[in-house]
Amino acid sequence: MALVEIKGLRKSFKDLEVLKGVSLTVEKGDIVALIGRSGSGKSTLLRCINGLEETQGGTIEVGERQISAKMAGLREYRQRVGIVFQQFNLFPHMNVEKNVTLAPVLTGKVSKAEARKLAEECLAKVGMLEKINAWPEQLSGGQQQRVAIARCLAMAPELMLFDEVTSALDPELVGEVLKVMEDMARQGMTMVLVTHEMSFARNVASKVVFMHQGKIWEEGTPEAVFGDPQTPELRAFISSTHH
Amino acid sequence: MNQFNFRPLFRYEDAFIEGILTTLKLAFQAGAAGLILGLVCALLLGRGNRAINLIIRSYIELIRNTPPVIQIFIIFFVFPTIGVRLPPFEASVVALTLYFGAFVTEIVRSGLASIPRSQLEAGHCLGITNLQVFLHVVMLPALRNIYPSLTSQFILLLLGTSVASFISTEELFHTAAFVDSRTFRSFEVYALISAIYVSLVIAFRLFFFAFGKLAFRWPTAR
Repeated sequence: MALVEIKGLRKSFKDLEVLKGVSLTVEKGDIVALIGRSGSGKSTLLRCINGLEETQGGTIEVGERQISAKMAGLREYRQRVGIVFQQFNLFPHMNVEKNVTLAPVLTGKVSKAEARKLAEECLAKVGMLEKINAWPEQLSGGQQQRVAIARCLAMAPELMLFDEVTSALDPELVGEVLKVMEDMARQGMTMVLVTHEMSFARNVASKVVFMHQGKIWEEGTPEAVFGDPQTPELRAFISSTHH
Repeated sequence: MNQFNFRPLFRYEDAFIEGILTTLKLAFQAGAAGLILGLVCALLLGRGNRAINLIIRSYIELIRNTPPVIQIFIIFFVFPTIGVRLPPFEASVVALTLYFGAFVTEIVRSGLASIPRSQLEAGHCLGITNLQVFLHVVMLPALRNIYPSLTSQFILLLLGTSVASFISTEELFHTAAFVDSRTFRSFEVYALISAIYVSLVIAFRLFFFAFGKLAFRWPTAR
């Protein structure tokens, strides 16, 4: 049984239909890269998986459980699914340690006494241990994003969602974040990511999904999608991303 | 030429101290109650219920567009005709609470609006409750954003307590008018209470400044 099973998903913002019947399967341990032009529905799809958007049709099942923005138990579900945003969204009034331990402490996953140790563990995984007492505002974008990843890891998620997590970063800071994601991939974390980093999608993803006009246009292994694109839209997209 | 002479005021020292204490009591009680009232109203406004919004908006507009002295008169002189009879001090607290609460509502509303949606989403996505998101994610940054206007509004409330004298609440301004009528030392009396009001305001401003420095220590982009 797949970890994520999306069938015929539809999503509209008022009159604008953004997802026009999307079906996608994510197996445990998969690294799925969603690629495509702006407005193709990649981020919306990701947000639907986390119950951030109400949908107008189709189903999302995660771990054999039907997901919707209004379902009972959404909170418990979100404790098992981490999401990292383009703009980091760290809490500015908490230091790095507090950012990482807020949710585990409030949900009773760890006691206040154990929280420091949990923060140290998670921050070590993203190489941010030495900044445990810093304020978010004192960190670079890449460092903030790594703390945001540690904040998700602290909840020990089964699934991680990444919404264009390197798009707001200066070019020289992209690598440090991608490296952390690569480490997580290597350790078997199931990940769905929206990305414009084609080399990352090519080298790390187990499945690449090309979205176009609210539909999944093509999907397959990185070799198939990048090496042998079947549609003119994908071909045009790939050539436009070569610098 | 008049000779300034503060000496006749000395025997009213106790009255002035009573007046200061009553003024402070008015400000604290109306300040605390108005803060809660404003917070509740601002949170209710955010829920988007039309009937509730209409009631709260009407309340705010009514208070902000009428003189405070009329508000206090209505509560003290008009409410008894509908069976609500309050002694001067209590009537003053109620009137000042309604007055302060209206302004606090608007200030808190702007504070809540100043927190980006993405912060709320980040909180919700961690699987914590709505109340926890409010308490841990929204409240402190929102409070920091409105701290200058909120504290200024409290200073206005502190000075505004003087309208309570119109319904014979024996606060500082009332004491001054009383001493003036006994001594005919108008200049001295009003110079003295002006100095007292200024001192109170300076003391509060210093306290608010120090408290703000302690409570809001995180660095911001701006």
